[in-house]
Amino acid sequence: MARLSDLPEWERHHHLDKISALPDYGVTPYALGPPLNQRRVAIVTTAGLHVRGDRAFEMGSADYRIIPGDAPAGNVVMSHISVNYDRSGFQEDINVVFPIDRLRELEAEGAIGSISDFHYSFMGASQGHTLEAKARELAGLMKKDGVDAVLLTPV
Amino acid sequence: MGALGHFIEREGIPAAQISLIREQTAAIKPPRALWVPFMLGRPFGAPNAPDFQRKVLRALLALFDRPSGPVLEDFKEDAPVDAVGETTFACPVSFAQADTDSDDPVKAMRREIAQLAPWYELARKRRGRTTVGVSGLTMEQAANFAAGFTGDAPASPYDARLSAGVALKRVCDDLKAYHYEAVAAQPGNLSSREIDRWFWFETITGKVFLAIQQACLRSDDKSLQPLGKLSLVPRAIAHALAEKARTAA
Repeated sequence: MARLSDLPEWERHHHLDKISALPDYGVTPYALGPPLNQRRVAIVTTAGLHVRGDRAFEMGSADYRIIPGDAPAGNVVMSHISVNYDRSGFQEDINVVFPIDRLRELEAEGAIGSISDFHYSFMGASQGHTLEAKARELAGLMKKDGVDAVLLTPV
Repeated sequence: MGALGHFIEREGIPAAQISLIREQTAAIKPPRALWVPFMLGRPFGAPNAPDFQRKVLRALLALFDRPSGPVLEDFKEDAPVDAVGETTFACPVSFAQADTDSDDPVKAMRREIAQLAPWYELARKRRGRTTVGVSGLTMEQAANFAAGFTGDAPASPYDARLSAGVALKRVCDDLKAYHYEAVAAQPGNLSSREIDRWFWFETITGKVFLAIQQACLRSDDKSLQPLGKLSLVPRAIAHALAEKARTAA
């Protein structure tokens, strides 16, 4: 479905046209870490998720919301401004966007070391460069939590 | 998404991302990315498919073992179940009766909401959760507020801190989620595309949304204009409607 060749021409152009406007982020940084079974993993999604009652996302939002690792799935909602992606999957099963139960299973079998107590969400419709300040702030928080593997999940 | 990978990795924390549009990810060159051939909105493939989701997750985590990057790998397996693009729309279930002749969109929406209520409650019970609730309004309150935008005098935002556009967006998201969750509980195991088509072409609320979009586009309120242009009606629906209009002309 997300193969561009499978999309209608107008949709394909929509996505390709965005490429020319993307900033150059320079040389790709590449940090190393311990083996996977010793890593502490956090999810950072751009799905516009937040705990029910927390601030909903708005057009231009460049900050993040905290999703406690023990937040019940029923307490996590989505306020992304885009309407151009499927939400029925998320409505059916949170793990199709935010794979917290799958992570717990991998932790239980020892494939990963541990799961962070906190996860985070931005809203992906915001321009990438506007997220830098809050992303760096968030990295500082995750360092304090001992996170050394971040899973970035879009919608 | 790719930008976040750059920013977080620069701070010394390894990051691996799912990519849904490969070409964009290739241009951004994040440290680690796994491209997946799934529909937008489903980065782990399909709901209620734990084995498949785990497979995607393992492939993503495996990128942390790579000694150097950037890495952009392909996950070649298609997602299971959803029949998007493979079926024509032939709805097998009885939906709420659309009442296109009604002069009162509020009454018509409230009737539709009431008709769907048992299905919505069933969905909530089965799933143990609902994604409705961003606005904090009941569905009846949401219908009143949204339908007000089809007339000459839109309602004031239910929360004085919100612009009209922000308030309306939250209400519309809730109304849509309510309908989507309700119809998904009905027999027929509808695909996401079938649910989209039902909502936009067969429900009162979908028709009211289209009227709201036009009102937003005409509005002088700067918070409503972007909603009308970008965040109310999906591109696919706008194209389908334009095509329909062209065919009819």
